[in-house]
Amino acid sequence: MKSSVIIFPGSNCDRDMDVALKKFGFKNQMVWHNDDEIPKSDLIVLPGGFSYGDYLRCGSIAGKSKIIKSVIDFANSGGLVLGICNGFQILTETGLLPGILQQNKYLNFICKNVFVKIKNKENKYFKNIKKDILELHIAHNEGNYFCSKDELKLIEDNNQIAVTYCDQEGNDNEANNPNGALKNIAGIFNKDKNILGMMPHPERMIDPFLSGEDGSLFFENLIGSL
Amino acid sequence: MKVKVIVTLKNGVLDPQGKAIQQTLNGMSFDNVLEVRQGKYFDIEVKESDESKAKTQVEDMCKKLLANLVIEDYKIL
Repeated sequence: MKSSVIIFPGSNCDRDMDVALKKFGFKNQMVWHNDDEIPKSDLIVLPGGFSYGDYLRCGSIAGKSKIIKSVIDFANSGGLVLGICNGFQILTETGLLPGILQQNKYLNFICKNVFVKIKNKENKYFKNIKKDILELHIAHNEGNYFCSKDELKLIEDNNQIAVTYCDQEGNDNEANNPNGALKNIAGIFNKDKNILGMMPHPERMIDPFLSGEDGSLFFENLIGSL
Repeated sequence: MKVKVIVTLKNGVLDPQGKAIQQTLNGMSFDNVLEVRQGKYFDIEVKESDESKAKTQVEDMCKKLLANLVIEDYKIL
């Protein structure tokens, strides 16, 4: 299975993602934002980081970069596109995913492990993961998901909520909401579930000696479902 | 010509920075400050002498990049 990780100026989780994808069997290639075309891929990843220094709005400048047209074409043809953290912000700025990631409610940069609840397994990203609650890492200043009431209704009606922040038992209520995100949303799909944007970093949880292994479950499932 | 644009958060959208500024002002004894909403200001130099053409172009820029219409409104001054 072939994957491509797009590098923008200011991306800083691109190499972690490269390591994770390769560890679980992807033949990964790195693609520069100023390229015209993406090599043939089964999966495109927009990595975390601070593309273009978060100027204007997080992800807004990357969302207009040269390579993005190819990402949009690939996504619209049903290709799998995964955006992690800044990648999620970029996906909302391109319009591939609804809503926006605003500044965290309490103005703090959050860097810690959190639990997230998988809300929908009828998709390639979570299909065969046996656990319902994963421990993943978040590190962001703008992870406060927001959309209009009408959009939220569409998202809920189409089962587009992918993961929500919760506690170890899976209670995804306000007490377990780190950043003020609407409905504790940590990640969402597009309508067809081929595009996933999420704030938590599965690529940081692939080694029991460094962090944890729930990210491994994510990548094992992903390569298995392609 | 130069076109000026102000981008502000829509009513009802949470503005934690504005809130922090308001609380700081209150703490500095500006007790009568009830609310602060923070926005962005752009000075855009366009190579175009026709004002209405320039503003139409800037409007397009606002919709496509300068403002995110999910949470922001723009005003061309």
